Order: sequence, then C-alpha cells, then structure tokens
Amino acid sequence: MSVYGVQGEERTRYTKAESKQIRTRSLRLLGSLLRPLKARLWLTALAVVVSSAAQAAGPALIAYGIDSGIPALLAQDWFPVAFAGLAYLLSGLAGAFLISIYIRSSARISQAVLIDLRTRVFLHTQKLSLEFHESYTSGRIISRQTSDLDAIRELLDEGLTLLVRGVTYMVFMAGALIIFDPPSALVLLVALVPLGILTRWFQVRSQALFRRSRVASAKLIVQFVETMTGIRAVQAFRKERRNERVFGDLVEDYRDVNAGVLRLFAVFNPGLALIGNTAVAVVLLLGAFRVVDGALGVGVLLAAVMYTKRFFDPMEDMAMFYNGYQSASSALEKISGVLEEEPSVPDPVQPVDLWTADGHVRFDGVEFAYTADRVILPRFDLDLPAGQTVALVGSTGAGKSTLAKLIARFYDPSDGAVTLDGVDLRDLHPKDLRRAIVMVTQEAYLFSGTVADNIALGRPDAPFDEIVRAAKAVGAHEFIESLPNGYDTDVNKRGGRVSAGQRQLISFARAFLANPAVLILDEATSSLDIPSERLVQEGLTKLLADRTAVIIAHRLSTVSIADRVLVMEHGRIVEDGTPDDLIGGTGRFAALHAAWRDSLV
Amino acid sequence: MRLGTVRALWRLRPYVGRALPAFIASMVASLSAMLIALVIPQVLEQIVDGPLADGDASAIWPLTLLVFGLGVLEAVLYAVRRILVIGPGTRVEARMRNALYAKLQDLPVSFHDRWPSGQLLSRAVSDLGLIRRWLSFGFVLLVVNVIVIVVGAAVLISMNWLLGLIFLVCSLPLWWAGYRFEGRYSEMTRLSQDQSGDLATAVEESVHGIRVLKAFGRGKHALGTFRARAERLRSTEIEKARLDANIWVWIMVVPAVATALCLVVAVWLAANGQLSVGQVVAFFATAAAVAWPIESVGFLLAFALDARTATDRFFDIMDEPNRVGDPERPVSVERPRGELAFNDVHFRYQDSPDRFGDLLDGVDLVLEPGETMALVGLTGSGKTTMTALATRLYDVTGGSVTLDGVDVRALTREELRRHIAMAFEDATLFSASVRENVLLGRPELAGDDPGTRAEAQRVLEEALRIAQAGFAYDLPDGVDTTVGEEGMSLSGGQRQRLALARAVAAAPAVLVLDDPLSALDVATEERVEAELRQVLATTTALIVAHRPSTVALADRVALLEDGRITRVGTHSELMRESEHYRFVLSSLEEERRDREAADPHEPRPHDDGASAEPVLDGTQEEVAS
Repeated sequence: MSVYGVQGEERTRYTKAESKQIRTRSLRLLGSLLRPLKARLWLTALAVVVSSAAQAAGPALIAYGIDSGIPALLAQDWFPVAFAGLAYLLSGLAGAFLISIYIRSSARISQAVLIDLRTRVFLHTQKLSLEFHESYTSGRIISRQTSDLDAIRELLDEGLTLLVRGVTYMVFMAGALIIFDPPSALVLLVALVPLGILTRWFQVRSQALFRRSRVASAKLIVQFVETMTGIRAVQAFRKERRNERVFGDLVEDYRDVNAGVLRLFAVFNPGLALIGNTAVAVVLLLGAFRVVDGALGVGVLLAAVMYTKRFFDPMEDMAMFYNGYQSASSALEKISGVLEEEPSVPDPVQPVDLWTADGHVRFDGVEFAYTADRVILPRFDLDLPAGQTVALVGSTGAGKSTLAKLIARFYDPSDGAVTLDGVDLRDLHPKDLRRAIVMVTQEAYLFSGTVADNIALGRPDAPFDEIVRAAKAVGAHEFIESLPNGYDTDVNKRGGRVSAGQRQLISFARAFLANPAVLILDEATSSLDIPSERLVQEGLTKLLADRTAVIIAHRLSTVSIADRVLVMEHGRIVEDGTPDDLIGGTGRFAALHAAWRDSLV
Repeated sequence: MRLGTVRALWRLRPYVGRALPAFIASMVASLSAMLIALVIPQVLEQIVDGPLADGDASAIWPLTLLVFGLGVLEAVLYAVRRILVIGPGTRVEARMRNALYAKLQDLPVSFHDRWPSGQLLSRAVSDLGLIRRWLSFGFVLLVVNVIVIVVGAAVLISMNWLLGLIFLVCSLPLWWAGYRFEGRYSEMTRLSQDQSGDLATAVEESVHGIRVLKAFGRGKHALGTFRARAERLRSTEIEKARLDANIWVWIMVVPAVATALCLVVAVWLAANGQLSVGQVVAFFATAAAVAWPIESVGFLLAFALDARTATDRFFDIMDEPNRVGDPERPVSVERPRGELAFNDVHFRYQDSPDRFGDLLDGVDLVLEPGETMALVGLTGSGKTTMTALATRLYDVTGGSVTLDGVDVRALTREELRRHIAMAFEDATLFSASVRENVLLGRPELAGDDPGTRAEAQRVLEEALRIAQAGFAYDLPDGVDTTVGEEGMSLSGGQRQRLALARAVAAAPAVLVLDDPLSALDVATEERVEAELRQVLATTTALIVAHRPSTVALADRVALLEDGRITRVGTHSELMRESEHYRFVLSSLEEERRDREAADPHEPRPHDDGASAEPVLDGTQEEVAS
C-alpha cells in the first residue's frame, strides 16, 4: 500500500520506509515555507540568543556585587557595587528589549508561514478535481484546513517560542555555571542523566496518549456537529437519548485521555522539581564545603545555586512544546499529503484564449473510465452544434451526469478529447472555459451573504439591476422580494430558511447572469414546484434561443423545449433525434414519455 | 465588576459538586509547597551566617540535608496538588459537557435556526476546557499566590524593611500592567477567535460549494474572500504579539529595576553591618521565590475574567428557556388511530418582520385515520412548516394540532415522535451504517438477541425494498457501510431514498413526507410509489407534493394558499374546480396539450389514446369555457 498523497492517511502504523517518506515530504514542505523568511529567521535567532545571554549575566552580577562590592564598600569604594547594580539594570533592559523584538519578529514569521500554507492548501483544494473531493469527503478537507492548520498555528505561536527561548536559556545557564563554577556544572551534568530518563519516559508515554487524544477529540467533535446540524432528524426520530449515551461515552473517553495527559504532567513536572531541588542541594553542599575551605566566595555559591535552579525552569515549557509539536507534525504530514495530490484536471501549461465562444461542443473518440475495468462511458463521438438545446434522458446511473461533467471539465476524458469551437478543453484558458461553459447542478449551494451576493456570483461585476433582471427572468424575483430584507436578506448557513426549490431558483438566476455560451443543467429543476418550473422554462426558452444547452432532467417536461433528445443507457447513447421523432417512434424514449405522461395525472 | 464576576463564577458551584474538597485540598498542598519555597532561603541564611562564617564544616551536613528534605517535600506537594484535581477537574468538565449536549438536543429547532453549530461547538469544547483549567489551576493559584505574596512580603519586610519595601513598591506596576494587558489581550483573543471562525466558514463554503465555484470558475473570487479574512486574522495575531511583547518588557524590566536597586542597597547595608551576608543571600533567594507569584497575579485575574466569559457563554445556552418542552402532566395515546388535525393553526417565524402576516394564517385540516393526504401549494407557501408542526419541531403560534383529538403539546415529545415519523426534503444522514440510519426510528430493534436481530433485518430489508434503496447492498460493506459526512458520499437521490426508508421503517401511526421523491428518476419513482401504496393503505400520511405523480399516492389533496387550506378534495375534483390548483400542478406540457386540443387543426404528434383521461377532459373544458 502506498502512502502517496492522502493514501493511507488513516493508518496508525507505518513501515520505516513509509514514515521516512512522509517525514521527508513534510520537512520539504516546511523548508519551502521557511525559505523566503531566512533573513528574518536569523534576526530572530540573534535576538533570542543575545537576550538569553543578558539574562544569564544576572546571578553573576549579584555574586560580583556581594563578593567584591561589600569589601570594596568597606574601603569606601562605590565603584564595584554601582557597576554591579547598573550592569544588572542594563542587562535586564537589554534582555527585555530583545525579547520584545523576538516575540514580534517570530509572530511575523509564524503568521507569514501560516498565511502561505493556508493559501497553498486553499488553492490546491480548489484545483483538485471533483473526483478527489467526492472520494476524500468534505469533512476531511475541512479539517485539514481548519483543525490541522490550528495545530500548526499553536506550535508556531507558542510552542516554538517556548522551545527556542527555553533551549537558549538552558544553554546559557549551563554555560554561565561552567564559567563561574565548573564543579557545580559537573553536578548539573550528572543531573542530566535522570532528567534524560524522565524526559524520555514522558516522550514515549505522551506520544501514545497523544494519538488517542486526537482520535477522541475528533470523534467528540464529529458527533457534536452532526447532532447540531441534523437536529431536525435527531428530534424527529427521537435520537436524543441514544445520542446522549454515545456522546457520554465519547466525553468519558476524552476525559480519560485528558486525565491521562494530566497525570503524565503530574509526574513529569514534580519530577523536574525533584531533580532540580536535589541538584540545588548537592551544589549547595559541595559549594558550602569549598566556601569553608576558602576556595569559593559566598556570592559565587549563591550564583551557582541560582543558575542550577533556573536551568530547570524552562523544562515544563518544553514538555508543553513537545505536545504541540506532536500534533503539529502529524497535521503537517496530512497537509503535505493533500498538497502532494496531483490535480487530475490540471490547468493548461500553454492556455489557448477563446475570447468569444460560439458554443460548438464535440466529443472525439471520448472514453471515460475510473479504472481500466470500470468504464463509465465507452468510446463515443458526439457533435453538439452551436445553439442546439439537447435533452439527456436515461435512468439513474446511465452516465448522463458524467457526460455533462466532461463538458464542464469537472472530469477529463480518459481517452479522446472534448472540444469547444475546435479547442481541446484541456488547452482552453480556465477563465475562458468557465465564462463559456456553466453547469448548474441539483445541489444548489448558497454561500453566506445576501441573496444578491449569491446571484452576483454568476458575474461579480454585474450591476444591481442586472441581478434583478436575472432573478425576474427565472421567476425568482417575487419570492426574493417577500424575504425579510428582499435582495439583501442574508441566506444563513446552508441556505437557512430558503427552501430547496428557492435555492434552485437562485442558482438559476446565477447561471442566467453568467450568460455562458454553453449551459448545462443537471437536474437543476428537481425541487421546483410546477409554476416555478413553468416560469423557469419560459425564461429558458428565451435564454437558450442562441446558445448551446445540455439539460438533464427526470421530469420530461423539460424535453418540450429541446431541439434534440439523447437517450442514454449503460453509458451509451442509444437514441438520438428530435423529441417529436422519438415520441412518435417505438423506442425507449417513446415508452418513457408515455409512462411520464401517465404520471402527470 | 469584581462581585459580578464572583457571582457569575459561583454558578459553576452545582457542577463542581462533591469535587470542592478536592480543589480545596489541592489549594492547601499548593500553598504548603510555596511556603516551603519561602523557608528554603531562611535555611540558606543559616548556612551562610552559620557554618560558612564560622568555618564549621560539621554543621553543613544537617542544614543541607534540611534543604534537600524541603526540596523533596516541595516536589511531592507539587505532585499532590496536581493529582488531587485531575479526576475532579476533568469530571466537572465532562459533566458540564454532557449537560450542555443534552440541553442542546432538548432545545427546539427554532433555537438551532439562530445558532450556527460552530458557535455551539466552541462552547462545548474550548470554553469548557478553559473552565476546567481555571478551576484546577487558575482558581487554585489565584488564591494561593495572593497568600504567598502576603506572607512573602511579610518575610521580606521582617528581614529588612527598607529592602522589602523597595522590592514590593517596584513590583506594584506589574500587577497593574498585567491586569490591563490581559483585558486588552483577551479582547484581541476573542476577536481572533471570531475571525478564525469567519475564516473557517470561508473554508467550509469553498469545500461544500466546490461544484458551484468550479462551474462558474469563481475560485479567484472565493480565494479573494478567503485571503481577505486570512489577512484580517493575521493582523489581529500580529497585534496580539505586539501586546505580548510589551507585557514581556514589563515582566523583565520591573524585576530588573527592583533587583538592581535592592542589590546596591543590600550591599550598602551589608557594608554598614546592618545586614549579614547570609541575610543578603536569603533576601535574594526569597525575592526570587516571591517574584513569580507577583508576576502572575495580573494574569490570574485576567484568567478569572476569561473563565467568567466562558461561564457566561455556557449559561447563555443552559438558561435558554425551552418553549417546545414536555408538558408537566403528559397525556398518553396508547394505540393512536392516526387522526391528525390542524385546528385554526397559526404560525410565524420569530424573526419574521411585522409587515408580513402569519405564514400559516388559520389552517384547518383533518386527516382521517389511514388516509393519505397530499399537501399542495406554491414554493414558500408554508408546506414544509406545516409538516414540522405535527412533530413539534416548531410549535404553533396559535390554534392547535391534535393527534386522535389530543393536542400534540399534551404528549411527551418522545411519544409524539414515536407516533409520527418524518422524511425531510433535504435528507440528513448520520455518520453511521446504512442499517443504523434506516433503523433510526426503531431503537427497540438495536438489541443483540437473535429474535430482535432477525426482526431488525426484516424491517431493514422491507424498508429498503419499499424505498427502492437496493443500491445499499452494493455499497462496499453492504448495509453496514458508513454513510454521512464521515463516510461514503451518496447522490441526492440515494440519500432521499434512505431517508424515505428510515421514515417507513419507523412504522409510525402517521407518516409525514416532505416531497420524498423529488430527486428520483421517473422509473424509480414509479417503483417506489407502487411499493409505498401498500404502506400508505394502513398509515395516515401527510405528503408534501410538487408533482401530479406524487399526488397520485394520495386519497385526497389539500391546497395551501395564502396561509390557509382553501380546498380539500380528490385530485380530479380540484383539477376541475380550482384554478389555483391547476396553476400549481399542471405542467407546461399539459398546457401545450390543452392549447393543441383547443386548436384541432394543429396535428397532435402523439395520438395514441393514452391522454384521453377524464381528468384531462375536465381541464380542457375548463380552459375552453
């Protein structure tokens, strides 16, 4: 099994080679994100190093003040103590100033990385074909772009700062200790052994817990969101009690994992304190004997104790960093997988412009198959002259939508070519393609914003009166006017209180406004009531007069406005002719039509 | 404000419940640990002024061992403090989370219309997490640190009043800066949360609306929205970093100034013999121990404010009155005959502007037991709303809906919804197997014993057959395939058939179907109808219909017009008698045929006799006259 792209993403175990492959890919991504920020990275690193050095000077200055300042002052010499005080103040100011530079600068870096990554993922998911979206599911794509990016944001915002500052701080504390009192540094060196063991224990345990925690919280969120978005069905089918049990179990799972994580910290943090306090006691013991022997000043002893104690301070933060790091790195692995996916419907390398399209669509030896043994549309030729209105008829799964999606270039043919005015769709400039060919689907999705905004999506620069004209043309004007704020009514999430039929009307108006040379309607009127459909059809008769149209409809009423009917079965076009010819004949369409007419009564 | 905050947080008391002693014990442990940290410098002083000054090496051991012992004790208390609150803290969080979820499921659909699920989610996850952290750490540390500061201040001043005073006075600005900072910072945090919510919405829409974006080539447009929101978020985050950077300057500069001053004064005092070297050492060690509690007070106060906000957000929901609740003394209808009646029903949506009348403005309609009634009306006339009133997804704003003569508000919702099952226009499937989705309305069939399982299987197969959802068997894992948001994506028609199967499988006394066949092709629709007729023969049903073919399932048709039922009758009666009904239900095709019929010279392309039904004749007469 491959781990290319998003494959194997849900697996919890990988072979060595696979995890290496995944790691390389996410590191490469990270590198490409950081490369443009090199200069700033250096500046930031410099700020944190100098700032830590300034902080490390503190205890040493206190030691100097005590050991040299007191005897000097006894001799009325103010210089050493004044120097120590001033130096302490200046090093504090310098450290503070540099830290503030560091915080701002690292925020700029992390925000630059985030916005770059966000945009890349966004653009890439938009580029990926519908086929990918359908198999990968919207839930996963959304969590890549939201919760996974959040994990990375958290690491960049907090974790990285903790790590960089923590590590440099510890290095400088240890360094200062080595300079001022090497024997004490030796004690610290010995303390590193239990510290290493404790940290390793924490790392291993938290890794396992962490994985569980991600799974538990994801499940909790899915259950929650699904309940709230499907609340009608939940209540109508009395799912509340059952949901409460399921949710209760998930909450308990999540609680259990959380408690596990907290227990880990409840051992790790006091463990750090224990090691730190022990080290301090030992440094104190050894130092005290040396002071008695006269080999060490009291001030230096105090400095050594303080350095030893401070050395352990950032360790807790580093544990926090490690947690953040784990979630961010697995998020980055998944994101890099999505970015690795090649769009199966790529933009042309050398796009051909087509300023004005006539709308002549041809299929030349086209075949469409998901895999070699799953052929959806066997090889066929089809010529749709400009301006023709074609109805596509056939039962569910006959391949009507696939054929329509080939024209809209939602898919590319596995073999052969689809052309518009003689230009292969694969070579056509995407802008021209989308201006010339528009597809309206059954799921009339509305974006948040006003009704007018949603219609304007068909042509963002359209003036308001053209939006109204489009709405009037499809018969949507009346109901829009009756909404609380007319065209300015906010269609809240998922279309809010706009009914399915009204959503379809709005998306029709959108298509009307776009004014394409080729219009594809895939079950675009299924939820309309008959008067609305009638209005739409009247609008369509006018709209379709001078453009190419492909109409898929279960309701054969649409056929009445078609110049030509194609009947499809098992991916093949089995009948092709004018509606009247076909109805008059004895073929499938005649039978379908008769059955449909019966259904009208 | 302070009192308000205390009172606001006090509302958490019932959820904390028996965990309170644990929190208090944790506080005690924490306080002891901190006091030990204050004792250690005193021992240091003893060492410096005792053995180190005297050169008495033998006295070093016991005192250092004391430091070591105190250090161990501190670490142990530190662990105790944490361990004590793990169970109670997480349990409080879990209890609140479950309570919130239960409350949200109980609240009516009208509440959910107003609240986007993202808003609810942030309350259920991050707000409750914040409250737990505050209870376990913020609250505990706030109390403990204040005590430590008081004790520490007393110790410092008792060691040397001048030094102590310098240190404390110098630290005061930190409290102020920290408090002010957190106020601004949490403002920015909330702003950035809102903005990342907006960004998430842009992402969600770009994914859910991918077909539209691709069809119109509006990827750029969507990217524009997305980029604008991402940029807004970025500038907020950078502003946050600026605030953060400023507070760090305070946090580092104030102690530096205080320590530098103290250092000079301490050395001067020591040189004058007013202070021993050991006391100087002890002073700096104590000051270091008190420094963190002082730094943290500002943050901890602000943390309390954040916890208060989160608590408010939690109680926003918990305090929401449920206007569609269960009655105090519910009535029960053991075996409903299935008579569903709408009596002078009025309904308007809560946010409907005053200039509009009631959406349902006096609906009267009676469905006899076993009868199938089609509900016909224009888009937006209130048909779907009417179906929602029967199961109390909304409550009427006037009049009543009755089941067997009993007001639906007198039954428990649980019982009512057992009697009445629904299929919605936009079919919601849950992330569960096909089996679970279809058997949703039959919780009693979830058992594991063979009898129940066989029955469940039978009901499932029957429902799938009736809804013509046989495709389910061909899914990768058959009827055990997970569908819904997290599973296989199904087409609109497939989802609709599963939703229909679900309503049928519930075997209710009353079926309410909202345009259940709209996404089906003609052939499938015909097969579904044939099967559905058997079910409808014995079940009362209200079916929202847009098509004559759906109407054909019904015994009678009710016409909804201007908020009232204006006509009830058979399809042919209404076709004959009601102009509005003809307007709503006759298609272009028919009109054209009518025109053709009115003009006998126009040759009819398909004169096969199939159209010579009496109904059509009636229509023709009507048009001709």
